Amino acid sequence: MNVYPRIALIVLVAAPGLAGVSCRRPPATPPGPAVNQDSIDAENARRDADARREQMRRDSLARERARMDSMNNAGSRRTQMMEAARETIRNPVYFEFDRSDLSPEDQARLDAKIPILNANPGLRIRASGHTDSRGSDEYNLALGQRRAAAAKRYLTQHGIDAARIETVSFGEERPAAQGSDEAAFAQNRRTEFEIIAGGDDIVVPAGP
Amino acid sequence: MTLSRFLGASLALALLLPALPLLAQDTTAKRGVRIGLSYQLGGRRGVYIAPVSGPVGDSVRAILQRDLDNGDRVTIVGSDSAGIALAPLVRGTRPGYEIFARLGAAALIVATPTPTGLHVALHDVAGRKVAGSRSFALPAFAAARAWRAAMHVVSDEIEDWVTGTRGIAATRIAFSRGGRLFVIDSDGWGETAVGGSSPALSPAWHPNGQRLAYSVLGETGSRIMVLELSGGANRALVSRGGLNITPVYAPDGMTILFSSGAEEGTDLYAVPASGGPPRRVTVGRGTDNVSPSYSPDGRRVAFTSGRSGHPEVYIMDADGTGAELLTPFAFGDQYYRSNPDWSPDGRNVAFQSQVAGQFQIMTISLRDRSVKQHTSESTNEDPSWAPDGRHLAFTSSRTGVKQLWVLDTETGRVRQLTRNGGARLAAWSPRLAGR
Repeated sequence: MNVYPRIALIVLVAAPGLAGVSCRRPPATPPGPAVNQDSIDAENARRDADARREQMRRDSLARERARMDSMNNAGSRRTQMMEAARETIRNPVYFEFDRSDLSPEDQARLDAKIPILNANPGLRIRASGHTDSRGSDEYNLALGQRRAAAAKRYLTQHGIDAARIETVSFGEERPAAQGSDEAAFAQNRRTEFEIIAGGDDIVVPAGP
Repeated sequence: MTLSRFLGASLALALLLPALPLLAQDTTAKRGVRIGLSYQLGGRRGVYIAPVSGPVGDSVRAILQRDLDNGDRVTIVGSDSAGIALAPLVRGTRPGYEIFARLGAAALIVATPTPTGLHVALHDVAGRKVAGSRSFALPAFAAARAWRAAMHVVSDEIEDWVTGTRGIAATRIAFSRGGRLFVIDSDGWGETAVGGSSPALSPAWHPNGQRLAYSVLGETGSRIMVLELSGGANRALVSRGGLNITPVYAPDGMTILFSSGAEEGTDLYAVPASGGPPRRVTVGRGTDNVSPSYSPDGRRVAFTSGRSGHPEVYIMDADGTGAELLTPFAFGDQYYRSNPDWSPDGRNVAFQSQVAGQFQIMTISLRDRSVKQHTSESTNEDPSWAPDGRHLAFTSSRTGVKQLWVLDTETGRVRQLTRNGGARLAAWSPRLAGR
């Protein structure tokens, strides 16, 4: 072997080491036959594997994220529907002064509770009757009781077991709205409904 | 009589005539001067209470004067500082009767502190002599509540000497405020919370004045409770579920009548005061029957009923038979009458009636069913008779918040009893001598 290939080899081998140093020697000539292709292949293979692993990791994360999003959306929909069912149960009915009869709108509100009650045999509620602050405090306790009983009677007449509905009166003692105007009075003449059992895993009836 | 005098007298009479049905307007006493229409059933006796010596003399004199003034049966003469100047006329064995007669005093009260209490002499001015005297034992002044209670007994005795009718100073009024029960002396002193369960409504006195029945609301229904005022023992008498409200003791204290119901209206039930199963008294057939009040002989009961379609006052026999409408109503008009209280002399039932959108205190005579309106300002509710059958405690909103007031049904005079707002559902105690 003559001296030029040896010099080339030395330069090639030394080139990486001289990379940061200003090189006074002329650049090495294009590579001849002595390239270490195996090393390069191995390096490339390593890099490819890393990239593949990284991509797999990213794909897996993305899949997991998509799966959780899908679950959350379905969960919050379900949660929303359950809460809506509870709200339908809790929806109050309202009355005219000194009256305990149910208007068509009140009856509709009560009608809406019935499928939920039917779908949840363990669901028990308490109807509490209230009045506005006019009238005798004492007679208002009886009027409140009458209002709670009227709501209960409507539900039992539509097939709900009476044992599932408690009644109580608070007369004028627990106003929903303060004030001495008709707007406040109208909000206070009501029967409220409270879930006292079976409301946690409430089954939402498949409705029309 | 000259023409002008005749016209003048006619005018005066004409001004008084529109009082049919008899309307005694509210009057507010201002420093002894009463304003407004005030008709008197014969003149009132004037009474002069001499200044009292000793360290508590001013308090003694103030209580005697206030109690007699609150009784509305006598006029206090010389109650201001000028009256102090009359004191020398009372000293010695020969008081200046002529001067007191000219001042309008029919009686002089001379109270002298003693080691054990008070000695009180009543002088008959016209007869120029001592008409009677008595020594009263008083607790120590420092035992303020007990001392005042004993002083009120003195006042009531004096009123009996002078007018023939015992006063009501030695009484208290129970009421509800903010869900708690309170008791206040009849002169407005010493308002005290008395314990019991909460929220408490509708206190009612046992005839011995030592315990209160009341109702307490809860999440699953209301209960009838009994509270011992001395010691604070508090027990449930009726806790059967549902609505149990407006208890009242029968005059013999052996029975409590109350309103109860769940889903078929409310009826009046009787329960032994010592406990036991309640027995239904009214047959309301699904209507609401509340707020009973016994006649003083215990034979009849007044109560509120919605059986006609709106609340009215009914009376019935205590066993539930013979129910009849007491408050008259005109067919087609929407009336609201409730919260009856039978007077201790059996003659009248006080109640509240809706008038022009507000409630007013009314009384109806059981003899001739004539109705009298006693208030006209703001809304006034829930009357409770004092033991003299003449004064009523009631709830008024005339100051903007609910307070208890006292009304004299004969003159229309009113005075404010409570100072802290939100007081309602007053129950006037029986006479509480020595408490």
